[in-house]
Amino acid sequence: MANELDWHRNKSGFAALLGPPLGWFLLFFAVPMAVVWAYSFGTNSGIADIEISGTFANYARALEPLYLGILGKSLAFAALATLICLIVAFPVALAISFAPPQLKTWLLIGVMLPFWTNLLIRTYALIAILRDEGLLNMALTSAFGWAGVGPLAIMNSNMAVMIGLVYVHLPFMVLPLYAALDRLDRSLIEAALDLGAGHVRAIFTIVVPLAVPGILSGLLLTFIPVLGSYLAPDLLGGPDSQMIANVIERQFKRANDWPFGAALAFLLMYLTLFGIAAQAMMQRKRPVD
Amino acid sequence: MGTIIEFRNITKRFGPVVAVDDVSLTINEGEFFALLGPSGCGKTTLLRMLAGFELPTRGQIFIDGKDISRAPPNRRPVNMVFQSYAVFPHLSVLKNIEYGLRMDGVPAAERRARAEAALSLVQLEGYGERMPDQLSGGQRQRVALARAVVKRPRVLLLDEPLSALDAKLREELRFEMSALQDKLGITFVMVTHDQDEALVLATRCAVMNKGSLMQVATPADLYEFPASRLVADFIGSVNLFAGNVRSEEANHAIIDLPELGISAWLDHGTGTSETVQLWLALRPEKVELMKRGTTDRPPVMEGTPPGYNVAAGTILDIAYLGSESVYDIRLDGPETGKEGKRIRVIRPNLTRWDQEDFTWDEPVWIGWHAEAAHILQQ
Ligand SMILES: Nc1ncnc2c1ncn2[C@@H]1O[C@H](COP(=O)(O)OP(=O)(O)O)[C@@H](O)[C@H]1O
Ligand SMILES: [Mg+2]
Repeated sequence: MANELDWHRNKSGFAALLGPPLGWFLLFFAVPMAVVWAYSFGTNSGIADIEISGTFANYARALEPLYLGILGKSLAFAALATLICLIVAFPVALAISFAPPQLKTWLLIGVMLPFWTNLLIRTYALIAILRDEGLLNMALTSAFGWAGVGPLAIMNSNMAVMIGLVYVHLPFMVLPLYAALDRLDRSLIEAALDLGAGHVRAIFTIVVPLAVPGILSGLLLTFIPVLGSYLAPDLLGGPDSQMIANVIERQFKRANDWPFGAALAFLLMYLTLFGIAAQAMMQRKRPVD
Repeated sequence: MGTIIEFRNITKRFGPVVAVDDVSLTINEGEFFALLGPSGCGKTTLLRMLAGFELPTRGQIFIDGKDISRAPPNRRPVNMVFQSYAVFPHLSVLKNIEYGLRMDGVPAAERRARAEAALSLVQLEGYGERMPDQLSGGQRQRVALARAVVKRPRVLLLDEPLSALDAKLREELRFEMSALQDKLGITFVMVTHDQDEALVLATRCAVMNKGSLMQVATPADLYEFPASRLVADFIGSVNLFAGNVRSEEANHAIIDLPELGISAWLDHGTGTSETVQLWLALRPEKVELMKRGTTDRPPVMEGTPPGYNVAAGTILDIAYLGSESVYDIRLDGPETGKEGKRIRVIRPNLTRWDQEDFTWDEPVWIGWHAEAAHILQQ
């Protein structure tokens, strides 16, 4: 009796602990996904009725130039936003990894703080900053108004969307980069300096190459949510700033075309899975260090 | 052989910790100089200030007469072999060695030639294309060495270069490093906590303790003429007996040793007076062991020079080490019935039967020549 909790003797008893999480996973992830996946092969047979007819028509429609164009633009937006995130986040992560230990914790909390604030609120806060009479333009005109620098029309443009995407997703990039840079042996950097490199060259010849695994996971971790972004283009963008998630949302809501929305959503997911697989392959090819 | 490095009143603090405390030191060109001391005494910090990774809180450092105290690491004519080797894991052996030359803008052809030469200098020909994770610890150490010397620095800095290797490899590399220094003629400054390493390799040693220099001398002088009890105890092992001068002549002195109840002859004057507290330092291998039997008279030996010192004792313990045996002896002391001082004696096993000469609890005489002991005043 005393050994009931001994996992050596009672393996099946402990396997039973898997039950609740497995059930949770099936009920709230696998089943809904399967349903939506089935929808993507269906046709609307009434206002609320969907017939799973096994048609590929939805996918064919998703590959029409109109939607491919939006998908292409989304990919380009996501790629650019991810790249900007990398360029901005790298120095930030490097600085945090070199900060004194007590300060490090606070800086990391500072990076993560926005995560704990509602995305909608953060996006509206960004509107307050970027709009024509916003904080940014107020600061600009009061500082440089004498030189003719007038208010900038940033809102409702691709630029505003880009700013929003970068702002929201920066932590996704900073954290994996920080994890990689913090592990880096400091004496490698010192060796580079000792051998005649300046700080900049030491960073590009030693730090960056050794941080490649962290950079790859940062790119992936950022790119995926950016690609599926919906609020930033919706609230900050103009008429030509829609990304694929906005189109999908419209199918499920206003257009009430669930099968088509499902096909678009799964197309996006196939792309994402493909990206993850590619990254995993690249990681595997690198020698373990 | 002029001065190449000078530390002038160097102090380094880390917050409240004084890592290096007012160190002044000169190192000569071509020397193999060792910084020796217990862990945490500030050796690495001193070396890192020379390399430019730490800036002194106070004081100046000169190389070739130029004040480089605040120069960045890449502007100093020194290169370092790191304790962890710090071989770049993403570069091949050859690329590692070429790195410093590439930073200096040396043309590719010359770079390759010099790197290959450095590789053969450390006996790693044919390893150029290997990645660091395909090398053993000893090979990585050699890569670090080649990478540093290929830049032809004025001074090569080594931070505990052999501490991560196993004993046999360590011994092998000691000789190689010594040969390398002879061949290159570069000044080496090495940090180590291993006294054997320092004694074997260095032409001169600085012994540090708690951030301060205790003594700077050749290995033989450190061992035979330590400046303090601390140095005597850190380098090798030593028997210390407190005492005072009883009589002082130009060419000899007699020291009272109350703990032993005898007066000892010394082959030189001490330059002090009777009131000064002294310590007689006696290395274990400089003490002789003689049979006592049941007689209470010291042995009168044929040809013994004047001033041979004798005391009575009993063997407490024997450690047989093959090449020698170490005897732990309780001296009889001044008062009968009271336990006296202990002394450690090392006796070489000159024949296969020497180890059987003495046994536990055996009464013995110990003796030492007037030239064997060294007097310490601190
Ligand atoms: N970067 C640092 N920050 C704070 N204290 C340090 C730093 N580097 C060394 N110290 C302290 O300075 C003292 C000397 O260290 P170190 O020079 O590494 O000693 P050693 O090399 O002789 O073992 C130690 O007490 C150590 O804790
Ligand atoms: Mg050290």
